[in-house]
Amino acid sequence: MICEEGTNCIEKQNKRFPFSWEVNMTTTEQNIDEILIPILEKVSDPEIPVLSIMDMGVVRSAIIENNIVKVQITPTYSGCPAMDVIGDDIKAALKIAEYDSEIELILAPAWTTDWITPRGRKALEDYGIAAPLNAEADKDVLLNGKRLVKCTNCGSMNTRLVSQFGSTACKAQFQCDDCQEPFDYFKCLK
Amino acid sequence: MNQNLYNYILGIADNSLILGQRLGELTGHGPSLETDIACTNISLDLFGQVRSYYQYAAKIAGDKRTEDDIAMLRKEREYVNVLLVEQPNTNFAYTIARQFLFDVYHFLFLTQLEKSKDLTLSAIATKSLKEVSYHQRFSTDWLKRLGDGTSESKAKMQEAINDLWTYTDELFHQTEADKAMVAEGIGVDVTTLKKAYYEKVEAVLSEATLETPESKWFQKGGKQGIHTEHLGYLLTDLQYMQRTYPNMEW
Repeated sequence: MICEEGTNCIEKQNKRFPFSWEVNMTTTEQNIDEILIPILEKVSDPEIPVLSIMDMGVVRSAIIENNIVKVQITPTYSGCPAMDVIGDDIKAALKIAEYDSEIELILAPAWTTDWITPRGRKALEDYGIAAPLNAEADKDVLLNGKRLVKCTNCGSMNTRLVSQFGSTACKAQFQCDDCQEPFDYFKCLK
Repeated sequence: MNQNLYNYILGIADNSLILGQRLGELTGHGPSLETDIACTNISLDLFGQVRSYYQYAAKIAGDKRTEDDIAMLRKEREYVNVLLVEQPNTNFAYTIARQFLFDVYHFLFLTQLEKSKDLTLSAIATKSLKEVSYHQRFSTDWLKRLGDGTSESKAKMQEAINDLWTYTDELFHQTEADKAMVAEGIGVDVTTLKKAYYEKVEAVLSEATLETPESKWFQKGGKQGIHTEHLGYLLTDLQYMQRTYPNMEW
């Protein structure tokens, strides 16, 4: 879109990244140029600083075309306010490595907690956020009051749901009935 | 520009925008910290979904309109949300009743929209559905807790359900844009959702030990832009910045 002086257009009015809805049915897989991996791994989720965006699974593709890196990222939740920051951080990290880049937000295929890597799950746990259970166990915990989430402080399974929504939309609030510590649980999203 | 598709998208998105704004009013005012956070998280989900819809609508419009123009710069009569979502947060029972009565519809609606021939709408529906299933859990859970709670919470919950019941039928009215989009395999035929909706609602109300209202008198008009007086007040709040400082940028 071309901006004329004094008019509104998306790029001019705000610095948000354009959405795309292109559906690529075949890929739940990532397509990332190998030399870019170490650069992207250094970018972390602003809400969870110990967690790299690569381990979070939000980077769906990153390829170099005519000296420009084209990056596609997908939001965990539609309204996730971290996406704009993540986009800016990726641009900044690539700039340090002397790459110009274009960021695009894609909605399909929709993000799932299955895309969090084992290393990402460990980083979450170390940070004090319980990693998502499988879909069935998640339902049991959130709907039927089962005690299946392990306390990130003492490791006890004697934990209960306090609220289905925690400090961000992607988390629920839990409390351990042994050590009494409150903690976040990353909800399963399938 | 495909005017029917444009109107159809607004018909979906306006519901989420107005409900999101209502929930956003609870920021710092929820009855407890947990419910405050939950309501505003649901608001955030809805606003996220709205951005996708309005960006798509702006693209279809094909002129200089942006998602923000569509959200912020229309007049009251140009909003086509259902009357249910603009009803105020009279008390927490009303917030929960409004949310529950909308969530049940929203979930059924998105489940069908996922099958749309329009890949964009289908992708937004798939993404949103995951979020809305959590919204529905939240409102259902609270409806049961308050309905089957103390005599006071039960009375308030029943009152809220009785008062908002009159706005439920409108959810299943078809607009001209609806009919056109259903014919093209893009839109959802909302009339087909009605049976499943009332069955689900009645089942949960009964579990919450609440009565299903018997009144057959229903309000309508939101989908044609004829709103209750509440929407005007909501919009003055929503549009304040753009009206006071036209074309302001963040």
